[in-house]
Amino acid sequence: MSYFEFLGQYGDRILSGTLVTVVLTVLAALLAIVIALAAGMMRMAPNPLVRGVATVYIEIFRGTSLLVQLYWIFFVLPLFGITFEKFTAGFVAVGMNLGAYGAELVRGAILSVPRGQWEAALALNMSPAKRMWRVILPQAVLIMLPPWGNLLIELLKGTALVALIAVADLMFQVKQINGTTFLSAESFGTALIIYYILARFMLTPFMRWVERIMQRKLGRA
Amino acid sequence: MNAQYLSGFPLKLEGDPVPMVSFKKVTKSYGSLVVLDSLDLDIAEGEMVTIIGPSGSGKTTVLRMLMTLETINGGVIYVDGEPLTHMPSGNELVPANNRHLRRMRSKIGMCFQHFNLFPHMTALENCMEGPVHVLGLSKKEARERAEELLAMVGMADKRDQHPSRLSGGQQQRVAIARAMAMRPKVMLFDEVTSALDPEVIGEVTNVIRKLVAEHHLTMLMVTHQMGFAKDISDRVCFFYGGRIEEQGTPEELFGNPKRERTQQFLSAVKEAI
Amino acid sequence: MFDWRWDFTWEILPRLLAATGNTLLAAGLGYAIAVVLGLAFALAQRTPYRSVTVVVREAIEFIRSTPLVLQIFFVFYVGPQFGIRLSPWTAGMIAIGLHYAAYLSEVYRGGLESVPKGQWEAATSLNLSTARTYFRVIIPQALPPSLAGMGNYLVGIFKDTPMLSVIGVAELMHTANAIGSETYRFLEPYTLVGVIFLLISLPTAAGIRLFETWVRRKLGMV
Repeated sequence: MSYFEFLGQYGDRILSGTLVTVVLTVLAALLAIVIALAAGMMRMAPNPLVRGVATVYIEIFRGTSLLVQLYWIFFVLPLFGITFEKFTAGFVAVGMNLGAYGAELVRGAILSVPRGQWEAALALNMSPAKRMWRVILPQAVLIMLPPWGNLLIELLKGTALVALIAVADLMFQVKQINGTTFLSAESFGTALIIYYILARFMLTPFMRWVERIMQRKLGRA
Repeated sequence: MNAQYLSGFPLKLEGDPVPMVSFKKVTKSYGSLVVLDSLDLDIAEGEMVTIIGPSGSGKTTVLRMLMTLETINGGVIYVDGEPLTHMPSGNELVPANNRHLRRMRSKIGMCFQHFNLFPHMTALENCMEGPVHVLGLSKKEARERAEELLAMVGMADKRDQHPSRLSGGQQQRVAIARAMAMRPKVMLFDEVTSALDPEVIGEVTNVIRKLVAEHHLTMLMVTHQMGFAKDISDRVCFFYGGRIEEQGTPEELFGNPKRERTQQFLSAVKEAI
Repeated sequence: MFDWRWDFTWEILPRLLAATGNTLLAAGLGYAIAVVLGLAFALAQRTPYRSVTVVVREAIEFIRSTPLVLQIFFVFYVGPQFGIRLSPWTAGMIAIGLHYAAYLSEVYRGGLESVPKGQWEAATSLNLSTARTYFRVIIPQALPPSLAGMGNYLVGIFKDTPMLSVIGVAELMHTANAIGSETYRFLEPYTLVGVIFLLISLPTAAGIRLFETWVRRKLGMV
């Protein structure tokens, strides 16, 4: 079978798998961003209990494997009465895992906003929430955007693991195709190239674009 | 660089005495920016030549080319009568290979504006690294030589300190000892006092004075310390726009500058003080 | 709600601990490959030959942008298609070693670039050979800033070893899966796997930080 015949025959499945991967990535990314912002700011809260909760979450999710977390969420949580459909379990696991890494980026970025900015906001008599949202966070976002670009690539790659709980993403589809055709180079090779294109030619340019927008908004372009 | 362009240059300098360093029509440019324009400069053995001039006049580039840190775009540099940047191949000069460069570099030592000591080695280790691993001295010989030189620069008691524990002036003195440990014939000093606090400049210039008095070295120095240059130099070259605008003994150049640009530069420097 | 069975826990613990040995072995071997190969990748990008630099650069980008689990499948299954049969361990070590070599080469590259240009110039002025300059002057200074990254990826490779279970390497995850399918109990094996990972990765991460400080002090660069 030539490679073109291979694509002709399995192109549809590969395409639908790619679509699932993209949707998973978007959902997991949104979840990761929300969690990262929340946990990152909780890490700096004055209340030790709040801080403790965030720390435990971050350490657990950064200290164990995404695959372990995925299996735990999919196979063990139902025993506690929390049942996720496999697609949901997939993006929740990926989002929570990368959210823990993102939380540290958020914290680092907020801490690296110069002290004078906090003091200036205080001098204007802004409330703590206003200080954070109006002054500190916009500057922190600009600082953390480049590492978030790398993190989102990790997240895209992480979604490939959901194939192991039978979510029909790109990884799952090519694994199935390989199982029936034994055309491993074609099936896995195609998937490698698609992931590469998604990461290098879609996600990375997208993040650059976001960076430029943010820079313009903050008047640094 | 083509061989044709080099055909006018001798394979070896003849005559008596042969200059220790000789720039022949040396040109250096970055893209369209010409940093040095057909420079001719001879330095005799044992001579102390100081280069002064406004920033961007190409003075540091002269030293960096001599240390082979910069390539040249035209001309030939000779050290001790032999071509430095080129080597003879048959009857013509071709760009030097790495082996030739390493042999020629052994004649030259350099001290830098920012010292560039190896931060993970003690003062003594800094001074032993080259002698042991380039010159092939035994550890014992290298150690003796290094200790002697550290004593000469007044750093014997700090020999086991890492550079991070030393002041700028102390670091520069170790750097001088390190360069001297290689027994070079030519020493280059590239703005060695520019990064120092004013109160420690003296300790470094005193070491250089001592070198001049006690060692028969050929020295080429770039500096902003006009008083020091005046005291110590056999000859001062004023660089402007990539060429030597004027040169002469310190008395001539500082006392009676002939060119207008030299006068302007010297009076501007005087005002700054 | 807590249906945790301690007798079952004690029963499966020895099996899981034995598998932990394999997990550590896989992480250690994979890391050893990555450390050496990563240095080769980093140095290859500093050669004056542009074609070599570009090819290595693009290969690193490709490896970093694609999922490890897919690379593991690729290495394991593509060989037989062309008559090369690799054991799960061999395929797994190649895939994970190569993957982390790409990451480590970036760490090394950053470390090498952090060494000031003046250090190269001082080495030239002392006439040190290229090899001597690298090993005695540049690499010792590139190492401390690289240590944090190297440590992160040591923990990272350890946490990625469960992916080797997909091609049948008998490490922790594989063993937990086996226990699950034999006994239909998932709570204890998967939770224990998580706990074992935490108990190893958290102290390791802390240890690496201490080691980093120690090396800096040792090199006199505090």
